[in-house]
Amino acid sequence: MSQTQVPVGTASVSKKASVDSPWRRFIRRFRRQRLGMVALGVVALLLLLMAIGPAISPFDPTEPDYDAVMEVPSAKHWFGTDDFGRDIFSRVLNGTRISLAVGLCSVFGGALIGMFFGLTAGYYGGKYDGLVMRACDVLFAFPGILLAIAIIAILGPGLPNVVIAVAVFSVPIFIRIVRGETLALKNKTYIEAARATGLRDREIIWRHLFPGTISVVLVYLTMRIGSAILIAASLSFLGMGAQPPTPEWGAMLSSGRDYLTTAPHVAMFPGLAILVTCLGFNLLGDALRDALDRKLTD
Amino acid sequence: MLVYIGRRLVGMVPILLVVAVVIFMFLHLIPGDPARLIAGTEASLQDVENVRQSLGLDLPIWKQFWLFFSRAIQGDFGMSYRTHQPVFAMISERFWPTLELAFWSMIWAIVAGLALGVVAATRRGKWADNLAMFGSVTGISMPSFWLGLLLIELFAVQLGWLPSGGSGGFKYVILPAITLGSGVAAVIARFTRNSLLETLREDYVRTARAKGARERVVVWSHALRNALIPVVTMTGLQFGFLLGGSVVVEAVFTWPGMGRLLIDAVNFRDYPVIQAEMLLFALEFMVINMVVDVLYAVLNPQIRLDR
Repeated sequence: MSQTQVPVGTASVSKKASVDSPWRRFIRRFRRQRLGMVALGVVALLLLLMAIGPAISPFDPTEPDYDAVMEVPSAKHWFGTDDFGRDIFSRVLNGTRISLAVGLCSVFGGALIGMFFGLTAGYYGGKYDGLVMRACDVLFAFPGILLAIAIIAILGPGLPNVVIAVAVFSVPIFIRIVRGETLALKNKTYIEAARATGLRDREIIWRHLFPGTISVVLVYLTMRIGSAILIAASLSFLGMGAQPPTPEWGAMLSSGRDYLTTAPHVAMFPGLAILVTCLGFNLLGDALRDALDRKLTD
Repeated sequence: MLVYIGRRLVGMVPILLVVAVVIFMFLHLIPGDPARLIAGTEASLQDVENVRQSLGLDLPIWKQFWLFFSRAIQGDFGMSYRTHQPVFAMISERFWPTLELAFWSMIWAIVAGLALGVVAATRRGKWADNLAMFGSVTGISMPSFWLGLLLIELFAVQLGWLPSGGSGGFKYVILPAITLGSGVAAVIARFTRNSLLETLREDYVRTARAKGARERVVVWSHALRNALIPVVTMTGLQFGFLLGGSVVVEAVFTWPGMGRLLIDAVNFRDYPVIQAEMLLFALEFMVINMVVDVLYAVLNPQIRLDR
């Protein structure tokens, strides 16, 4: 899976350095953060559940069982059952794959597009840079989740469109970060040297500027996954994302709200799943930032 | 200062124009025929055609845009496809409730965020700091709709102290405002803590301590005042988050604001309402950002905007 390749990728970038390499320093600093290590464990577990969740799920997440409607948590149904008698534990477990896939795809997509425009805008400057930044201004003009809602309004509801909406939502953020980093790196001596040796622009950007921006992108990427999952769940909660009976956490919460007085457990567990997942990615992002010693504000 | 504000206002015009064009183009180029939607499923082809003509949907796209635009700057956003009421009237009715909700959310966010931030900074590394900062990350990671449902479950269903939704007085705004403001409070708390920790290292803080000022005076009147300058900027920028978040929170608490109107409009493909709402949200957001920049300059004499 692509998401596990990211740390490996950074490793190979910095491994070339000598004894106290940036990579080793990073590992040492990261390990010192207890909360970060816990978050890493949580994220690893979530990725595992994403892979094997449906295989170990005790019940079919979409199969109704009208003999077991709205049961409270028990040994048979760990998280109880919902209004169709479906096992909530199985639904939350299967939802892991949906939420993580949506979060990872949208953020990676947004980061890739954002990195391309950020690198090129920062490197070439001039009118092209102005154009890219104005386009960002337009996207930034929609506060928060509204840009995603606008895109859903255009594309129509459904999970694939949620991925696109959240990706577009992430693009301007990555453009701005990567462009800023590129501007800072552009005047460094090693870039000048690369240019002096007659390297082509494409090679300078890809081989020399791109690796320099990776650490910042990595931190933001991790943090954005949390908020992407949150926004995707919000869209599903509003009825614009996953449609029933898909076991998506936001959609499950939305249907559970009708039974708040009689069966609060229906809305409890999907919400808890969203919280733990976002917490895991956000804490991991914090720890990465501190370990990379980057001064970033969110 | 006035020159700066004027320049910023002028600078907003092209962005708003592009936003208007983008919203208009996309909403009209997508599949799905609004004329058919309005006429209903039973309508004959002729009926659909009549609706199309009466709404001007048969005109060339640039003509439609010009009509929309020239009317929009006069405050006429057309008629809603769904309710057949003027869009302007529909939105102005919903505008104040959303602003009211955003206002109280911000008050809550500032009070809770500052308190948590100061507590964390002054007890750096102790359990209170750790707890406050863990609470802050939790606040950022918490889905607002879930927090809203938990608050309803506790304060409306179990304790019966507050209404679970609707509007009608201050007690109706408490739960939605807490729900909407908590994410922002979490961000403010983090930011305040970091900013305050930096200022507490400054020379003038040491001077204040050296001359024997009490710790409380040092923190609250010497350090915090300067630490707050970056916090103000960040708080202002979070206002956009509140505007966006209000869509979700209004849905949870059946709050009669712009957010719920937008959701209904999206579900019904009510283009005039979507267009107008998006433009208004974008305008609001840009004005707020400008106000924040001006406020920043007022608070921080080191910044000169006129240059």
